[in-house]
Amino acid sequence: MLLKLLFRNAFRHRLRTALTVCGICVAILSFGLLRTVVSAWYAGVDASSATRLVTRNAISLVFPLPLSYKEKIRGVEGVKLVSLGNWFGGIYIEEKNFFANFAVDSKTYLDLYPEFVIPADQKLSFFKERKGCVVGRKLAKRFGWKIGDAIVLRGTIFPGNWEFVLRAIYRGRDKTIDENQFFFHWDYLNETMKKIQPRRADQVGFYMVGMASPDITAETTESIDKLFKNSFAETLTETEKVFQMGFISLSQTILTVIQLVSMVVIVIIMAVAANTMAMSVRERMSEYAVFKTLGFGGGYLAFLILGESMVITALGCGMGILLTYPAADAFARAVGEFFPVFNVAKETIYLDIAASVIIGVVAAVFPIWRAVSVPIASGLGRIG
Amino acid sequence: MAPVIEIKDLTKSYRRGSQSIVVLENLSLDIEESEFLALMGPSGSGKSTLLNLIAGLDKADSGSIRVRGTDISSLSENGLAKWRAENVGFIFQFYNLIPVLTAFENVELPLILTNLSRKERKEHVTTALRLVNLEDRMEHYPRQLSGGQQQRVAIARAVVTDPTILVADEPTGDLDRRSAEEVLGLMEKLSSVIGKTVVMVTHDPRAAKKAGNIKYLEKGVLANAPQASFPECI
Ligand SMILES: Nc1ncnc2c1ncn2[C@@H]1O[C@H](COP(=O)(O)OP(=O)(O)OP(=O)(O)O)[C@@H](O)[C@H]1O
Ligand SMILES: [Mg+2]
Repeated sequence: MLLKLLFRNAFRHRLRTALTVCGICVAILSFGLLRTVVSAWYAGVDASSATRLVTRNAISLVFPLPLSYKEKIRGVEGVKLVSLGNWFGGIYIEEKNFFANFAVDSKTYLDLYPEFVIPADQKLSFFKERKGCVVGRKLAKRFGWKIGDAIVLRGTIFPGNWEFVLRAIYRGRDKTIDENQFFFHWDYLNETMKKIQPRRADQVGFYMVGMASPDITAETTESIDKLFKNSFAETLTETEKVFQMGFISLSQTILTVIQLVSMVVIVIIMAVAANTMAMSVRERMSEYAVFKTLGFGGGYLAFLILGESMVITALGCGMGILLTYPAADAFARAVGEFFPVFNVAKETIYLDIAASVIIGVVAAVFPIWRAVSVPIASGLGRIG
Repeated sequence: MAPVIEIKDLTKSYRRGSQSIVVLENLSLDIEESEFLALMGPSGSGKSTLLNLIAGLDKADSGSIRVRGTDISSLSENGLAKWRAENVGFIFQFYNLIPVLTAFENVELPLILTNLSRKERKEHVTTALRLVNLEDRMEHYPRQLSGGQQQRVAIARAVVTDPTILVADEPTGDLDRRSAEEVLGLMEKLSSVIGKTVVMVTHDPRAAKKAGNIKYLEKGVLANAPQASFPECI
């Protein structure tokens, strides 16, 4: 019966409750989306493996390293596998069709990335085809590519039109894996360059180093960089995670701002919900006084008020969470190129729920304190 | 037989800023079992204050109030709440029903604090509503009832726990003559037939006449007859 009363109280002012529920819903929705944007930004970091290192030119990523480093790096203790690649920067038809494309030493690279799952027969035909390429499932879907299709990329860093044949499509082992990438054989790039610009042949953008064990210390990375100390191309070796972080740190300030905004949204809606509850409770002061007169203690009042507050926030939160998924989908479709991985994480939903519980409690605390502490006689507004 | 309510040397004052005003001073009063007592007096004389003290809604500065032997001035806040739930039925001037609960649910409310089963509660509520002649309005919400009917629901709510005493502060203050008659008739019946002790504050001499006993409160002092300064009651 008290439960019934609590629900009826919550819907006493339909408009007020509806507006508050809407507000909470929108707040939870934007909180969820902002969080998802942040985690999409970090997706590359989360997906990075603990056993992979990236070795690049110490001056900057745009400067290459000699191909001869490969064997030297392989000689370092603890190194299991060395692959290499170049950022190709090719454009498919128009610039707005942006996606990441790399020339990589294909066999070693795919060995280093077991999270790219490719059917065995496709993998084999990719290895056999000089101009073969492998693309992520989402990318293939985006341009309607099928196995066997010819794809032409216009080079920006490496001049000319480059022809490829789609031989394999990979899918991510889990949802955090970017399925929007394009890889082809580094040998194809290098041999072509030997013909057209021999000066630029045998140049490597980065080495991917696979370590035998994931406990990588500063010494491990130093032992690689030490090899090339005082050479004409010094190296900088980092874990893949740190390397990815380097990209993110550029936009770190923006991320902080987004995170801050998501917090502010919650605080604002907390104030709105608290205001709604305070208004409702003030109007019903005489009713709560009647409860106290009849012998109901503070616990009952707290239950009624907190319960009402929780009903309202739970409704708003539920709607907000339900809307987060379609909204995130729409968002991903609109800006998919920038966020290769755009999933609503479970953690975000947990955060949503935690935020709503906090909103519900905070909104109820002050009204409860008021209702409990007001003397009965003044609550009744003079008994008579 | 000992009186149900024994009030001894009761003093109550309110602080207003730095000064305190004494409302009741060394007031003593006995109320007998099944008595229907009307309290009259000019506005501000402290009638409501006295009633609140008797009902355990407020605490006196000094003196004692014993109800069936229990000194309620010595009870703690929680003890007092529990005591109220078991011993006092309240009737207010503005009925004070809960608007989102039906007549039935309003009457059931005080029974939630008892350990009666749902079925027993239903029986009690039905009996109480039958007593006030509103069995057919059980499912109505307060706004669907007239003032007089609402006050009768309030009476049902006050008696449903079978309390020792009933207190009413101007129960007819907001009613028309006919509804007031009904309500007063009920209260009279409660004391004479069922044997409840009823204390009622009123401004209406006609209402007071229904009561078996009338006391006049003026300047913190109780009297059996109105003083000259209170002519409206003569
Ligand atoms: N909570 C309070 N704080 C301060 N003064 C109060 C308080 N309650 C009552 N008083 C004062 O105590 C005096 C008696 O008030 P009370 O309500 O008992 O009068 P009353 O006889 O019931 O009047 P009425 O007939 O108008 O209802 C008044 O002067 C009032 O101003
Ligand atoms: Mg009064």
